Amino acid sequence: MNARILLPALALLLAACAGPDRIVLLPDNEGKVGKLNVSNAGGETLLDSAYATANAKGDRKAEAGRTDAGTVNQQFGVVLAALPPAPVSYTLYFTSDTDELTADSRALAPAILAEIGKFPAAEVVVIGHTDTQGSDDYNDKLSLDRARAVKRQLIALGFDATRIAVAGRGKRELMVVTKDDVAEPRNRRAEVMVR
Amino acid sequence: MNAKLLGFLLAAGLSAIAASATADDIAGVFKVVNGGVSVLRQGATLPATVGMAVYQSDQIVTGSDGSAGITFEDNALLSLGPSSRLALDRFAFNTTTHDGAFETTLSSGKLAVVSGKIAHHQLDAMKVRTPSSILGVRGTKFLVEVGGS
Repeated sequence: MNARILLPALALLLAACAGPDRIVLLPDNEGKVGKLNVSNAGGETLLDSAYATANAKGDRKAEAGRTDAGTVNQQFGVVLAALPPAPVSYTLYFTSDTDELTADSRALAPAILAEIGKFPAAEVVVIGHTDTQGSDDYNDKLSLDRARAVKRQLIALGFDATRIAVAGRGKRELMVVTKDDVAEPRNRRAEVMVR
Repeated sequence: MNAKLLGFLLAAGLSAIAASATADDIAGVFKVVNGGVSVLRQGATLPATVGMAVYQSDQIVTGSDGSAGITFEDNALLSLGPSSRLALDRFAFNTTTHDGAFETTLSSGKLAVVSGKIAHHQLDAMKVRTPSSILGVRGTKFLVEVGGS
């Protein structure tokens, strides 16, 4: 057999020797387990329990199986270690009809900044909200003012302005559902999401 | 068709074009880069660094000593192990409605995923392709390895 025939034959042999594509469903950080649908020309395999696996090769339907935490760490430890930290979010509260943080929330700022410091190339998204007192337009502006006030504080504490995005949601996304025109301190807030 | 309707349709068409023109919106940001990691973008090969943005149509390639982690705009987390190649076929995310699409192809190596708001909001809006299969993601954390030995 000459090299011209041998090389493609070898490549075919190697391809045939390669293992199947392997899929493993894991419990998330809160212990919850989602679902994965693995499909190809051979059919569909649903994974819906912790450490359920599917092995898929060629056009054959994926084969269901099971593994365990120890085996997963052995086989996927490097890739799992490279997952970025999970995003975290904080809620800060404001005094009525202002963009001034309550004393309790103001006291939280250094802790939030310390948490931000743990994230590589941290990004922050601040979304302001209001209670239902006042018009839509008024609250859209107030909610954005609240988000911007948090942004100013973070910048004053030394955080890079280009990595903070702000948005105002007015009275659309209430923490505590109320009728219109109701004062509710828990709705006067900003969500600070760090990732 | 009256002029008002025509005008509306034209405006809608134009805004659709404008929306597709902003396809270079940031999809994600590198948070972890170990060893050799590069991004193939429009014919160029760029070394990946922590803080670097990732866009739709990018391909991410890790060397035999490489691994990388990316946080996406919908809060999804993805990481690649050594000797891996991932194409970001499609990424779109509406921060107000949480509608979107998140489609990748892993052609070699290992991938870990924690899905985000796109998968949470809409069934099968997140997909991962491998040489043998298509994964429809309904949450949350999972691993994929292409043709291991």
